[in-house]
Amino acid sequence: MYLRHINKLILLTIVLFSENIYSQYSLSGKIIDNSGEPVIGASVFLKESSSGSSSDINGQYSIQNIEKGNYNLTISVVGFKTISESLTIQSNTVKDFTMTEDALLLNEAVVIGYGTARTKDITGSAVLISDKDFNKGSVTTPEQLIMGKIPGVKINSNNGAPGSGSRIRIRGGTSINASNDPLIVIDGVPLDNGGIDGAANPLNLINPNDIASFVVLKDASATAIYGSRGANGVILITTKRGNGVDNKLKVQFTTNNSLSTIAKYATPLTADQYRDVINEFGTANQIDELGDSSTDWQKQIYRNAYINENNLSISGGIKNLPYRFSFGSKHEEGLLKRHKLDRYSASLNLSPSFLDDHLKLDVNTRYVQTDNFFADQSAIWSANGFDPTLPVYSGDTSYGGYYEFLYSAGGQAGNPIPLAIRNPLGLIMQKDDISNVSRFIGNAKLTYKAHFMPELKAVINVGTDVASSNGSVTIPIQAASSFQQGGYFSEYKMDKSNQLIDGFLNYSNSEKAKKHRIDVTTGYSFQEWSTLRPAYAKFNIAGDTLNPPGIPTDTKNALLSFYGRSIYSFNDKYVVTATLRRDGSSRFSPESRWGVFPSFSAAWIISEESFLKNSELLTYLKARGGYGVTGQQDIYADYPYIANYQQGSVTAQYLFGNQYFTTLRPDGYDYSIQWETTSSTNLGLDFGILNDRISGSFDYYKKETSDLLATVPVVAGTNFTNQLLTNVGSMTNEGVEMNLNFGLINSNSTKLDLGLNGTYNKNLITGLTAVPDTSSIGIQVGDVGGFGNTAQIHTVGYSTFTYFLYEANYDSDGNPIEDQFTDFNNDSIVNIDDRVRSGNPNPKWFFGLNLNLEHKRWYTGFSMRAEVGGYVYNNVAAQSGNFQSGNSTFNTGNIHSSFLETEFLGKSFEQSVNSYYLEKSDFLRMDYFTLGYNFGNQLSDKFRMNAALVINNVFVLSNYSGMDPEVVGGIDNTIYPRPRIFSLNLTFDF
Amino acid sequence: MKFLKNTFYFLTIISFTISISCSKRLDLEPAIGLSSIDVYKDADNYVNVLAKLYAGMSLSGLHGPSGNPDIAGIDEGFSQYIRVLWNLQDLPTDNAICRWNDVGIPEMCKMEWSADNSFVKAMYSRIYYQIPIANVFIKETSDESMSEKGFSNEEQEELRMYRAEARFLRALSYYHAMDLFGNVPFVDETSPIGVFLPEQIQRADLFSWIESELKAIENILMTASAAPYGRASQSACHALLAKMFLNAEVYTGTEKNQDCITYSQKIIDNGSFSLDDQYAHVFMADNHTSPEIIFPVVFDGQYTQTWGGTTFLICASIGSLMDASDYGMNNGWNGLRTTPTFVNTFSDSSLDSRWMFQADSNQTLEIDILTNCPDTSGYLIGKFSNLDQNGNPGSHAQLQHADADFPMFRLADVYLMIAEASLRNGDQATALTYVNMVRERAYGNTNFNLSSVSLDDILEERGKELFWECTRRTDLIRFNKFTGSDLLWSFKGGEINGADVPQYRDLYPLPTYDIVNNINLVQNSGY
Repeated sequence: MYLRHINKLILLTIVLFSENIYSQYSLSGKIIDNSGEPVIGASVFLKESSSGSSSDINGQYSIQNIEKGNYNLTISVVGFKTISESLTIQSNTVKDFTMTEDALLLNEAVVIGYGTARTKDITGSAVLISDKDFNKGSVTTPEQLIMGKIPGVKINSNNGAPGSGSRIRIRGGTSINASNDPLIVIDGVPLDNGGIDGAANPLNLINPNDIASFVVLKDASATAIYGSRGANGVILITTKRGNGVDNKLKVQFTTNNSLSTIAKYATPLTADQYRDVINEFGTANQIDELGDSSTDWQKQIYRNAYINENNLSISGGIKNLPYRFSFGSKHEEGLLKRHKLDRYSASLNLSPSFLDDHLKLDVNTRYVQTDNFFADQSAIWSANGFDPTLPVYSGDTSYGGYYEFLYSAGGQAGNPIPLAIRNPLGLIMQKDDISNVSRFIGNAKLTYKAHFMPELKAVINVGTDVASSNGSVTIPIQAASSFQQGGYFSEYKMDKSNQLIDGFLNYSNSEKAKKHRIDVTTGYSFQEWSTLRPAYAKFNIAGDTLNPPGIPTDTKNALLSFYGRSIYSFNDKYVVTATLRRDGSSRFSPESRWGVFPSFSAAWIISEESFLKNSELLTYLKARGGYGVTGQQDIYADYPYIANYQQGSVTAQYLFGNQYFTTLRPDGYDYSIQWETTSSTNLGLDFGILNDRISGSFDYYKKETSDLLATVPVVAGTNFTNQLLTNVGSMTNEGVEMNLNFGLINSNSTKLDLGLNGTYNKNLITGLTAVPDTSSIGIQVGDVGGFGNTAQIHTVGYSTFTYFLYEANYDSDGNPIEDQFTDFNNDSIVNIDDRVRSGNPNPKWFFGLNLNLEHKRWYTGFSMRAEVGGYVYNNVAAQSGNFQSGNSTFNTGNIHSSFLETEFLGKSFEQSVNSYYLEKSDFLRMDYFTLGYNFGNQLSDKFRMNAALVINNVFVLSNYSGMDPEVVGGIDNTIYPRPRIFSLNLTFDF
Repeated sequence: MKFLKNTFYFLTIISFTISISCSKRLDLEPAIGLSSIDVYKDADNYVNVLAKLYAGMSLSGLHGPSGNPDIAGIDEGFSQYIRVLWNLQDLPTDNAICRWNDVGIPEMCKMEWSADNSFVKAMYSRIYYQIPIANVFIKETSDESMSEKGFSNEEQEELRMYRAEARFLRALSYYHAMDLFGNVPFVDETSPIGVFLPEQIQRADLFSWIESELKAIENILMTASAAPYGRASQSACHALLAKMFLNAEVYTGTEKNQDCITYSQKIIDNGSFSLDDQYAHVFMADNHTSPEIIFPVVFDGQYTQTWGGTTFLICASIGSLMDASDYGMNNGWNGLRTTPTFVNTFSDSSLDSRWMFQADSNQTLEIDILTNCPDTSGYLIGKFSNLDQNGNPGSHAQLQHADADFPMFRLADVYLMIAEASLRNGDQATALTYVNMVRERAYGNTNFNLSSVSLDDILEERGKELFWECTRRTDLIRFNKFTGSDLLWSFKGGEINGADVPQYRDLYPLPTYDIVNNINLVQNSGY
């Protein structure tokens, strides 16, 4: 009792003291969202005192040392509508806030290339996806985070090898031979899309965990600011930063452990089927050679694989220096035995500001190193073709103990037959193909807000992207594959770098102005790329030179640009944007190298008009339209216009008398080559219904590409080569995109969100020869066998890569008749005039469906993708689904199981490109399914924990008879299988 | 406002200055290699370009045996000049059969090729690769061009010689074009490089053009004794002329046998050549020492490596019953065989040193299936070898590439040409003399000399002497036996024992890709 009084006395004294002596107060409270959950990381800012706080893991914020007075308070955080209030502080105040979600992110500052704009001011087609919407599970390359999320953006993984990346297409490919890949920009540094020797895909050298958001620019009015590289769209990646407002230390640790299993095997004949086939169709010799085993060669080379990934990030601030440091390690095994990718990554972001926020410095650096062990992928082909009645091991110690095809008689008896098929397990176990790749991407951006005029900013951005790799291939002496030459050793090295300097001025009155908002940017950019690759000799294990060094590579290219943009917005209702860029590229001759890329677009925010402003139903409606011109100059050649002579190597000399002379050879060239130009139109509508519970957008686009670059057969006698890269034609891509998001349930305990997107794209070649000729059949592409036999064609009036095959004939039971094809023009010859143009690998429609359900602490969700209207050519079946293909000159081998249906004995030229093997590739695939529990701080109040179970590649529904209907390019040669991955992901926040 | 304006002007000036200094940085040139201008302004480089013109027939790219190929769209080894020429000149005849199942090969054996056939395309691409690179060289070595570059008189003399050789090589490729394809696109040193459509020249007109070219350089080229090994001499020029004149009736409709005799005589009178004592030596690793070869295509195990050429001819011939080391290689590809028809032309088997068949008691003469026939099917041939006349293997350490050169023109061929032309002119005596000289060398004695000789005898002799040397198809066509049913051999026309083949197949089709791209071209009839 006595104590109680003393407490009261002490309390009173303290209160009195603080009131009178310090006159400084505090403002604190809790910030929660609509469902009562704490909002973490909300920045609470008092404008007049320049002080603030950010909410912690419990949603608590606290600002200290506030002097008595009136203040304008803003609370902002990504994904929620900003709260602006005025309040008076005259005592210690406790104030809680409830934030509502900003489904449309209308006030979000979105990076749009050389600056940012508010979502509502964007007049082009630009989509923002932030980390809460990323795909979950085992992800090795960045684009996998947004697969299936954005209409118009089609992402297909290349295959199942670790780090093999994906093919990204935005609104259809606009090129035939130039790259169809979009431009990828990280923190303002445009990346080089070219590959890096020793890396399965250059993007696997970026840790997806460091990415905060993607902005995908789809139409020309958004991408024209990137001029000669914007034709295929632009993906702007922003990495995570340290916290702006207070210096609270945040630590996050995630650990993912996964088991990766093969989802579906390829289908050569089984041992018993093989025995039956040989007994029925084989020669006496072949029947004699049947073995007694039943080997499943695929099971010999594949395994269940383990993936472990850990990421640690530490962010906070020291005085005026916000920082974020992250470190990650990933160990990913591939489905093929011995295949692995080890990745170590580190990144550091510093974003200090000086001179009272007038000078900001943004430094981003990331360094990644990978150690790769590549399993020999020819084992996949070998497993499809190796006799399944033969054993894996020979019982002998020679050739590593593996069963191999050997000469049985003659001087070479007991030696491996050099061109026979090799033991698949032997190939895997006896080839060491390793590489070490490292990549550093960094930039430093200085932004100066003029003291005399804060609307004016000057920005200088200096960036670099440097990659370096080295690797080697070693095959031991005893391996049958290199037995003849005594083993094999070769190495390679590559150094790539690109340097960037950007400088621009920006005038923007958005902070002060209400009615007329202007944002003008004008700037300059210079970027230079270089690639260096020395040539190495090839040796055998004893050190004898098998082959002297070939031709090294030393190549550079540069791009010089001037650009400008102005955005004018009237009353927050009408917005117009105009951009202009002038690019000069070193890849083209001085007459052809400069191009001008303009664009113009406008938007009308109809929901701000008086007749809609107070509508309960239609809370947001924006109409936009634009037109722009962009280019494509990623042509895999840096000097295509220069008549260049190259020297032959030591092994390519010629004898005159008794002296050898080096040969000097001219390369084919095209002096007037220039970039492709795409002009495109876009019309769009963004809307939000019922208080944004339902939101979405529709877009219509049309892109017309001219001066298409393609490698075409050269007219004989007119150049120093038989195939040349040159500008040959034109094409269009036209389509519609739709995006709908439904906030189906949004209550205190439960949230259900559904996102649906769909795209229709039609691609058409409108012109195709250098010298116009309407009778030309087109350019044949799509190699199926290596001897110039092709399955596809580019023709005017058709889509690119249209299948061009002989039409199979069927008997009354519906079975294909061997080597009989329709002779359409009845001229008794079945030749190219009888080939038929049918479908193509590009689907007409592709869809994405994403669902998220949260209930109290539980959450679940999935993401599915579907493609409809494309075709795939089952080339494994076409080439090896006949008896003759098992009859190699050097050994008898296995064939594809389609033989059981077709019973094709021979393999003619026409049979290899046969409409029977063309199938629809329509599929529905569930990319991931997750079930998780947000422990919060139930386990400990020192950290929050989140646990999730994720399955990647849950299922595929399709009628395709091959292994996987998703084949990049459409010609299925048995890809490295895509795994099904089961992961347990744990996230700890401290 | 004024401040803004000033700032903008200032910055425009800065960026303009930067842009001036930087736009020069857009004039990048390749670091590897030389630009065309740099190559041709230095007289020392011309021999290296000339080396490539020759090497176009032996190498397939910039790096031996493969890497950085000249021709795209086909396996590099398959695209080598001599290999693909052999596939078009010997494989469809009674000389050879190939058991591989690579697409395009069975069609050659059965004489069922289409305009899409990969070997037809590859040969055409090779020929039209040689011609433009020769054209540029010929243009740069013209007298006016050389004076402009300020070369000394000595340099100009030497370059004039190179120019004549380049014209020879171009004429040789045009000769192959005329022989294989008939009416073909025509470009010379006055044609541009880049976008245009060459005109099609008729076979007879091309004949006249080649004739005029060869006659123009005949006296500029070095004589056989002066020419360094590997380079085209006057005698090589005469040999090509003789061959053209022998076949003139096929190419132009008018026979020119007398001209054939004239030019064959010039080679014989020159005295630099004589028949090699040992037939097999003409095809061995050290055949550069053979006195018989008039013009070789040079290969070398260390410095001129390829997967075509003689490496192909040797390795592909080696079947399971042969020991690769007997031919100086370390492995065989088990591809080539020969037909019973051809074997049966040798009635006196092993007495004729040209009987180079390989067969043991297991080997059947007959071949029942074409593709992937068993190891014991058909006789093999071991003609080319990577051993020298002392039995030592060639220079490649792992014995994967041969040293043996390919004899494009040799004296025995000239003897048989002059014999045939004489016989067609009614001169039995001359014909008999030369045929017997060839036979004497083959048998090693005069016991098998003929007492009289007919045209059929000469065809048979040519078959036994010159098999697998890229001349059989041309010879059969001249005798009207390539197509038709006069002479049948295994798988001709797709039948096991041979069948009639329509006459339009005396010419190969122009490849589809060029017909489609060049509207000036008319396809050969039948295709």
